[in-house]
Formats: sequence, C-alpha cells, structure tokens
Amino acid sequence: MPPPVSSAASMLDVSHLTVRFGDLVAVRDLTFSAAVGASVAVIGPNGSGKTALFRALIGAVPSEGRISWAPGARLGYVPQKLDLQRDVPVTGIDFLRARTALLRQTDADRDEALSLTGLSLDVCRRPIGTLSGGQFQRLLITFALIGRPNVLLLDEPTTGVDQSGQEHLNALVRRLQRERDLTVLLISHDLSVVYRYATMVVCLGGSHVTVGPPSDVLTDAAIREAYGTEVAFHAHEH
Amino acid sequence: MSTEIDPLSLASFAAVGIAAGLVGCFAVARRMALAADALSHVALPGIGIAIAFHIHPLVGAVAMLVFGALLVWALEEATRASTETVIGVVFSAALAAGTLLTSGSDLVDALFGHPGAPAGIEAGVALVAAAAIVAFVITSRHRLVVALVSPDLARTSGIDVRRLNLVFLQVFALTIALGLRYLGVLLMGSLLIIPAATAKRLSVGLGSMLVISAAVAVTCGLGGAALAAWRHTEPGPVVVLLAAGIFAASLLRRERGK
Repeated sequence: MPPPVSSAASMLDVSHLTVRFGDLVAVRDLTFSAAVGASVAVIGPNGSGKTALFRALIGAVPSEGRISWAPGARLGYVPQKLDLQRDVPVTGIDFLRARTALLRQTDADRDEALSLTGLSLDVCRRPIGTLSGGQFQRLLITFALIGRPNVLLLDEPTTGVDQSGQEHLNALVRRLQRERDLTVLLISHDLSVVYRYATMVVCLGGSHVTVGPPSDVLTDAAIREAYGTEVAFHAHEH
Repeated sequence: MSTEIDPLSLASFAAVGIAAGLVGCFAVARRMALAADALSHVALPGIGIAIAFHIHPLVGAVAMLVFGALLVWALEEATRASTETVIGVVFSAALAAGTLLTSGSDLVDALFGHPGAPAGIEAGVALVAAAAIVAFVITSRHRLVVALVSPDLARTSGIDVRRLNLVFLQVFALTIALGLRYLGVLLMGSLLIIPAATAKRLSVGLGSMLVISAAVAVTCGLGGAALAAWRHTEPGPVVVLLAAGIFAASLLRRERGK
C-alpha cells in the first residue's frame, strides 16, 4: 500500500487506520489521502466497515492510526439513517435552528441551505419523526450545509430517496464542488454513480483494502474479491 | 402545621417547578421517565446517613444524587447500555438501603416530602439553584436538541457529547434534589415527568413544549401546595395528583381534537 500523500492541497490524510469494536476489527490498516475538491467514494459489501470508517473520521468512535484533517476543515456529515423515535418533540425548524446557533450562522445561511436542498419551511415546521424518508434526508443535508462546510461526508445519502431526489442530490453535490471546491466522501452501493463521479475509490471488504482511481479499483476481479460475487454496473467515462 | 406561606417560599416553589418542567422536557425526550423515579431513590441513603451524622438531610441527598448521576454516566460510557437499563439495574437497591438507614418520621418525610413550606436560607438556596438550572437549559437547549437527534451530528457541530451527557445528568440529579423537600424521594420524579409528558401531547415544537411544561409544573407546585395547606396535609401527594389530573385532561382534549 502506498504511503499517505501529504501535500498542501490535501484535505484529509488517513494513515494505518484501524477501528475495533471489542474483538471485531471493522477497519484494518487503512491508508489514503483526499485532495481538496476530491470525490472519494467508499464502497464495499454490508458489514465491511464503511460507516465505521466515517464515524472514526468524525471522531465518534475510537481508532488506532492517524486521521489528519487540513486546518480549517469544516465537516458536514449526513448519516445513513437515524434511530429516531417518531414522537421526538423536535421540529425541523428546531433542528436547523440549533445548528445555526451552534455554528453562529444566521437565518439567511439556513435559508440558503434550504434553497439548495429544495426543502420548504412548511415541511420543516413538522416534527422530524413525521417526515418521509426523502424529506428527512433533505433535512439532514440542509443541516450539514449550514455553516458552509468544505467537506461533506455522505453515508448512502440516496437510500430511501426516489429517482428525482437522487438526481437532485447528485447535481447539488457536483454544483457545490464546482462553486465551493468542496471535498466529498461518499459511501455508496451504486457503483455506476461511483464510476461516473468519484475521483478516487476506497474499496473495503475482501482480504485487503484497495485504494485508487475508479478505473483501477472498479475492475471485475476487484469487485468479485470485495463483494464475493459479480456486481453489474455501467462504466461511464468522465 | 402552618397555612402561612411567605413570598420567598412561594418564589422558590415556583422556581423549582420551572426548573423541573424544563429539565423534564429533555428527560422525557431522552426516554428517561423511569430514570427520574429510580434516580430519586438514590437520595434516600444520603438522607439517612446525613440524619445519622446530624447534617442537613438535603446535603446528604445532593451528595448521593450527584454521585449516583456520575455513576450512571460512567456505567453508560463503559457498557454502552441505555440510561434506563443502567439505572434500573443499579439503583433499586438504593431504596432498600435507604429504608434501612432511615427510620420513623424522618423516613416518611424523606419518602413523601416535608409538611409545611421551606423558608429563609433553605428557600433562598432553592431559588438560586433553580435559577441556575433554568439558565443551563436555556443556554444549552440547542446542544441538547442536536445531541438528542444524533450524537454523531452533535460531534460534527462542535459538541462534546460525553461532557454534555454528564452535565445534563448532574443537572437532572440537582433538579430532583431541589424537589425532595417538597415532594420526597418517591414523588419528585413525577414533577419532572408528568408536566413534560403533558406538554409533549399539547405542543408541536420544542419551544412550546418547554413553556407548557414549565407552566404545568408551576401550576401543580403552587396549586398543590395551596391545596395541601388548606387541607392540612403533605404537599407531595397533592401536587402529583394534580399533575396526573392535568395529564388526564390533556388526553381528553387530544381525543376531542381528532
């Protein structure tokens, strides 16, 4: 495995990262770097440690090795799903207001984030436990965008979102990358999307971790090794 | 028993109600209803030890509650079990131990609250402590909301979740300690939980829930104290029955509204 690339343009350097839950090793000896503005896709079968990797990157679980964010990194995190009680007494407005206040932003910043995700204030006035899957996902993305992050960590952001919602999100992320030089780390099972948009792929699962550009990592042999089966996808060229 | 209640006592009663109503909202949202009851039992051994050493009972109660909350936090961190599980496993024994350590009328007062209103320094200390709790909830509400929805999102919003959980548990324990004088070990948990549960039924967002919960808790506290003074009985049971009545009324109102 190549040593981590350390350069002035690096947003994230991960070196020999291992995440354990008791005796279970969720991530083993992972090394990669993400340049500013990069799109890093993290792929692998269920249980291969993708979410554990993200949670280590945000400091939510203890880990061994080194995680180094560039100075000034502002993280926006969109989790895969939340174990949320339906009757939790918090509206979308309460939730967004909390983020706005904590990051010392204004209502204008919140409204800008809302306009980017296309979520209406009317929907936000409802308790968050009553929102549909797609609405709640947009709320989480709005939450992440408040504070103008320069890094977005998206954990399977299109799960439970309809086709138009998925296309909207993909377009939004690309637009933010163009306009703000956003660095994106994306967990996805959609290898077609990964092949199309990622500049680098981290493939977990199988006997070893593979890191590199999509054309190197997303080979039939590597996918079969990681997933233990054939996975069909459309290989669009950039 | 005197039916005279001085203004300082009334103010402290109201302040404890507001504190309990506000803290109760986050306790209910965090599914700590059972914890409020069980944790309040921890005060009993402290009261028994304090009486044995001729110290003010509340000093022993506060010390045990703060220690108990610290223990809950440490066990949660170590075992990753839920607060209710940890408290349910550890603290039922506290009631048994406290009952052995306390006896006679002291035990009855500790369990159900002291008859009559507090006054002087005791009421003043309660007023100041309640004001500090209210200030904590108001200034920490945004952090508490995000941590309630997702500890991971809280971390990416710059919140030290472990520290916030510890401080909240300590504030929760202190709120219970404040109410012990009025409601006793067995009943104080209900002043945290019933007004908040009522408010949750009647509100949509967190802001209205906090206001309604505090209003219900103050109404129950002052109304219950007045009724108890009029009927020459302990205030604790009256306050709790009043709160339960308002909760029942909230159920009727919701049914009609459908």
